[in-house]
Amino acid sequence: MKDTPSHSHRRACLRLVLGLLAVWFSVSFGCSILFREWLDANAPQVGSAPFGFWMAQQGAIICFVILLVVYAVLMNRLDAKHGYTEDQ
Amino acid sequence: MTQDHLNFIFIGISFAIYIGIAIKSRAGSTKEYYTAGGGVSPLANGMATAADWMSAATFISMAGTVALSGYDASRFLMGWTGGFVLLTILMVPYLRKFNKATVPDFVGDRYYSKLARGVAVVCAIFICMTYIMGQMRGVGVVFSQLFGISITSGVIIGGAIVFFYAGLGGMKGITYTQVAQYCVMAFAYTIPAIFIAMALTGNVLPQIGLISDYTAGGEAVPFLEKLNNINTELGFAEYTSGKLSTINMFCITAALMCGTAGLPHVIVRFFTVKNVSAVRKSACWTLLFIAVIYLTAPAIGAFARVNLIEKLHDASYQEAPYWLKEFEETGQMAWIDKNDDGKIQYYGPSKSVAGTHAVFQGKKPSYPTLGATDGQLVGKHGQRLLANEVDTSNPNELWFGNDIMVMANPHMAGLPMWVIALLMAGCIAAALSTAAGLLLVLSTSISHDLMKRILKPDLSDREEVRYARIASFLALAVAVYFGINPPSQFIAKTVAFAFGLAASSFFPALLMGIFSKRMNREGAIAGMLCGILFTFGYIIYFQFLDGTPDQYLLGITPEGIGFVGMLINFVVAFLVSAFTPAPPQKVQEMVENIHIPSGSGEASHH
Repeated sequence: MKDTPSHSHRRACLRLVLGLLAVWFSVSFGCSILFREWLDANAPQVGSAPFGFWMAQQGAIICFVILLVVYAVLMNRLDAKHGYTEDQ
Repeated sequence: MTQDHLNFIFIGISFAIYIGIAIKSRAGSTKEYYTAGGGVSPLANGMATAADWMSAATFISMAGTVALSGYDASRFLMGWTGGFVLLTILMVPYLRKFNKATVPDFVGDRYYSKLARGVAVVCAIFICMTYIMGQMRGVGVVFSQLFGISITSGVIIGGAIVFFYAGLGGMKGITYTQVAQYCVMAFAYTIPAIFIAMALTGNVLPQIGLISDYTAGGEAVPFLEKLNNINTELGFAEYTSGKLSTINMFCITAALMCGTAGLPHVIVRFFTVKNVSAVRKSACWTLLFIAVIYLTAPAIGAFARVNLIEKLHDASYQEAPYWLKEFEETGQMAWIDKNDDGKIQYYGPSKSVAGTHAVFQGKKPSYPTLGATDGQLVGKHGQRLLANEVDTSNPNELWFGNDIMVMANPHMAGLPMWVIALLMAGCIAAALSTAAGLLLVLSTSISHDLMKRILKPDLSDREEVRYARIASFLALAVAVYFGINPPSQFIAKTVAFAFGLAASSFFPALLMGIFSKRMNREGAIAGMLCGILFTFGYIIYFQFLDGTPDQYLLGITPEGIGFVGMLINFVVAFLVSAFTPAPPQKVQEMVENIHIPSGSGEASHH
């Protein structure tokens, strides 16, 4: 497959999406479900809340918001880099 | 001025605003009717989507669920917010670029098949219908409490209001009313929480209060530690640990997340903004606005639990706070003096050999019928008596519905009357905004996907909007009917069902349609059918037939089975598509094209 601008753009997007999904998975399923008990026991507390519990009820949601902000900023930058800007 | 007057004033003002906005921004063309003409600002769309997303059930019962099950309730908190991450980075920017007004439109065109479109239309209608029934019921319950009318008239009044501005205003009308409704909801939810956080922990922010010290009882103790102690003392599971198994927690959270990303009424919201980069921005705002409420819910839940137990456990009934009697009157709380000591005892399942903490037989309290004598109606301490058989296997005496946590919170904390009035207005806003959004998707599915694309392709623009209005009227009539005659606990079960269905049908079909050029018609249809049938069958077997929990597949409850259904969908789709011909060149080019973000133009319906 030849390396046209649209292909390199698509690859870069895919890398970004996979990276964000990895973070998404680790904060929600990882910290808050699979490794919660270990984290509750061993990780430093957040205020007076056990770490895993706090991640499940507060931390994960905060991370989700940050993820979407990062996505919007980086994707718009990627689009601009590959010449797909749109007038606002 | 009494509480009722204040309620009337707050709700009256909020209604005047909604209807004023709806009239001012009513839709003229099909484009405005379906997608508000594609010119809504990302911020406004974010607020509107958040209001659309948070239903009356979320608004009223979520904090109660958290209070009751502690850590276990995190599955809802994460499921219904984490789904937006999937939705935003995998779905909506591409679907927006594809440029069609509805989700079945994408499925039909991408899989070049009327059958696929038909399956998608049926799923969309089913999902929205189950949802909207619950909303109409919610509106009816709130109205009936508020104005002292029957639930039936409450549902009908609510239906009339929703029809007025969703049916007439179209997407444009509801988008701008939802902006106003979000503001009402956000204030109504957070203001009581702030007051309570200050009273219990001395912190202004409820989220900080949750992780700091409890100061209301003299010396300061870590708040969650106090809650854990209360819970274990009374025989409940530790608040921060919960009792769901890890695999169940995983599957349910995953099903809720993927379901969220496949819900048609959420996806179409993002067709109202100008272009792909605005979609991304709008999604950020949406999740931020949702997070405001979802981050407050765990705090409200935890505070309410401490408040409730401190105020009621081991208190004598005659000296119990006034709101206990009020909630007894409305049937949301009940007390049976099992040990005849005149005091209220609240205990969890591990305080009895039987391992339950049911106060009485049956799920809800029932009361003696009209002809009963005074002795059957009122107990010797003045409590309202129940007609249910008493469950004597355990010492727990106090029953309350999940819904009272949010509604009773301001009472428990002794907050001013206007806060309670605001909460009522917020609750109605939550139900109306979701019902309106769903109604619109329903009417679009019928008029556009069913009438125009399948049955009557030569429909003109004007006729299509007329059909949409007729369809929304009919859909609402059905929803009102089921709101008045709910199929008993059917609604709660079918909402979980809607998520399972969305996760096992739409989510994989859309995802593969966007990211795999090779996925063809045969694969997608086979996958959707297998996914739905499996999920459908599992839920029907365990919820409506005589399946017992020990027959669960790997211990997964019907709530989480949508995740397994989704995996089946993926596997079947890939297998079938590997042995059948690739999709036509035109479709492959189309898939190529939706990954190029620019040039999306305005959302069209042609």
